[in-house]
Amino acid sequence: MKIQIKGGRVIDPGTGVDRTQDVFIAAGKVVAIGEGPSGFQANRVIDASGMVVCPGLVDLSARLREPGYEYKATLESEMAAAVAGGVTSLVCPPDTDPPLDEPGLVEMLKHRARNLNQARVYPLGALTQGLKGERITEMAELLDAGCIAFSQADVPLGDNEVLLRAMQYASTFGYQVWLRPRDAALGRNGVAHDGQVATRLGLAPIPSIAETVALSTILLLVHQTGAKVHLCRLSTADGIDMVRQAKSLGIKVSCDVSANHVHLSEMDIGYFDSNCHLVPPLRSMRDRDAVRRGVLDGTVDAICSDHTPVDEDAKQLPFGESEPGATGLELLLALTLKWADEAKLSLASALTKVTSEPARILGIEAGTIIAGARADLCVFDPQARWTVQPAILKSQGKNTPFTGYEMRGKVRFTLVEGNVVFES
Amino acid sequence: MTSYNLQLNAQGELQHLLTIEGLPQEIIVRILDTAHSFLSVGEREIKKVPLLRGKAVFNLFFEASTRTRTTFEIAAKRLSADVINLNVGTSSQSKGETLLDTVANLSAMHADMFVVRHSQSGAAHLIARHVAPYIHVINAGDGRHAHPTQGLLDMFTIRYYKKEFTSLRVAIVGDVLHSRVARSQIHALATLGVPEVRVIGPRTLLPSNVSDLGVQVHHDMENGLKDVDVIIMLRLQNERMNGALLPSAQEFFKYYGLTPAKLAHAKPDAIVMHPGPMNRGIEIESSVADGQQSVILPQVTFGIAVRMAVMSILAGNP
Repeated sequence: MKIQIKGGRVIDPGTGVDRTQDVFIAAGKVVAIGEGPSGFQANRVIDASGMVVCPGLVDLSARLREPGYEYKATLESEMAAAVAGGVTSLVCPPDTDPPLDEPGLVEMLKHRARNLNQARVYPLGALTQGLKGERITEMAELLDAGCIAFSQADVPLGDNEVLLRAMQYASTFGYQVWLRPRDAALGRNGVAHDGQVATRLGLAPIPSIAETVALSTILLLVHQTGAKVHLCRLSTADGIDMVRQAKSLGIKVSCDVSANHVHLSEMDIGYFDSNCHLVPPLRSMRDRDAVRRGVLDGTVDAICSDHTPVDEDAKQLPFGESEPGATGLELLLALTLKWADEAKLSLASALTKVTSEPARILGIEAGTIIAGARADLCVFDPQARWTVQPAILKSQGKNTPFTGYEMRGKVRFTLVEGNVVFES
Repeated sequence: MTSYNLQLNAQGELQHLLTIEGLPQEIIVRILDTAHSFLSVGEREIKKVPLLRGKAVFNLFFEASTRTRTTFEIAAKRLSADVINLNVGTSSQSKGETLLDTVANLSAMHADMFVVRHSQSGAAHLIARHVAPYIHVINAGDGRHAHPTQGLLDMFTIRYYKKEFTSLRVAIVGDVLHSRVARSQIHALATLGVPEVRVIGPRTLLPSNVSDLGVQVHHDMENGLKDVDVIIMLRLQNERMNGALLPSAQEFFKYYGLTPAKLAHAKPDAIVMHPGPMNRGIEIESSVADGQQSVILPQVTFGIAVRMAVMSILAGNP
């Protein structure tokens, strides 16, 4: 299958290339940009005039809910959501049921995902068996089965001895450890940021130190072990400052934030909107602004969707009893564009946070659009407006704090390995 | 999308009573005035007025309560309503039925009003958002969030003894962190124009951002109670008495329990209030609870009149 994408504004975020030109695809790869190879006969020509052609998005956190939570979402529904959102590579956390702590489970997931021929799935293996924080998993086996790194998902690891050993063991083989800084005890029963909204509404609080106390431990252990650590879903101003400082001291960590935390704060909870019940919690405006500054100055390497489909019943409960999480795969691009708009940032720089940078963290061949690269691409109309409504989302999870928001930027074509897997 | 004030209808009238936050002063004053007119009903030989005749009031208590449920029941009966009491904590919810299913089932039994108590903040909001438009919801306490009728009866009590609000100093003492009563009182006092509201307690029992609610924060009783007109003591739950929040009930009583000596720092005509049930010897010494300045029992009497007022006003706003 040979495809010519004609007349689009081609953006390669990693190199900053931003120019209207054609892209030529053959045998799953980008074979040329600008001038087609001699004798190139396209089977299909995609008219991309007025559209942006960029690498497919790389999402560092999307829960697919399989195995175990098929009533919340299935691989079919969420993979369809991914490509509808222009996401061609995604990382799924290990907090399935059972957790991804055995090679067989990972192989099954990879196999099922591959058969769908849509986005590429990079599972995170559980760092400890059953995510219980007691015994480390067979990391080498899990890596062979297809895991890209190891994580506790949102389950805090209270035993620092285990955390130290897990990091030492992983670093023996050069494996990455992904950690969301979260103290096991502080804010244990909390459901909202310890700020003015939780105080007003009487919601059990999660203080910022629940993040920063754990973060300081992690940073010290990275310093001690030299382990490769990726920090997930930072949410506090102090946390961002600590990472900035750590990086300036030469401690090698990378980090991401969720698109929700780039745009929202505790104020969005209003009167108990359970769609805003997220993990980590939406924090203060000051924290949100610090998150934005961190993304802008490179302290934060990537923005992820933190896609977490939740069934409707689990949201129709009092705030504190509702299940945290929001759908996000189909919003990641639009929310990134919205942020670029508000931060007065060029499209190319903004897109690095969802393409080249996450690909670099993962060490995968993705997130770039140059001759010779795998043709995982997203073609979107940067001006098209649409309103977020449950009915138009492909994800089985319909809950998002952005319901009713007008978004700009709509995916028109998604290509994985040179195949058009989505078009609208 | 859910941030609008759900408890007022399009005409700005009271549709539900969920929280005092955001309630206009006129509505609060109207409730207090109406309650005043009901005060005499309880003293009559026939303690009934027909305002809610033919209406079904469902007391929906997902959390155990005797006093609040009883006063709501009496209030509804004095208004001639049919009252159905449901202790849901012990029935359908324990069988796995969801909160909204329970409410939908009861709505199908033609309820006109739900009085809801629930351990989760926001439960009454959730119900109000999902009931049929002709059903009124009264929050009888949700988690740590709000207990608006308690806040209103406390305002009624203060007005009854102090006549007006705009020159008062009010101190709220004890476990503010876990108290829905304190939150409702703070909003009510602010709306009614009380210039100085103080909260007094150890830092473990005050929310970290409590000053955002517009109150002064004190950690000792002597300074905190100095020259106040009204002292509101809060109940300390048993499970908070020993652990990480407080070392013991005894130490709490020593530093924050209301004794005649501590009361002496307040104005001589200061009134002492407590939402009940009291822990004598923990929050308050018996001689103060039963003393001249205590208005704790009148609070209970006023509570019925205030709940009658709320129900009759809601029923009048179809």
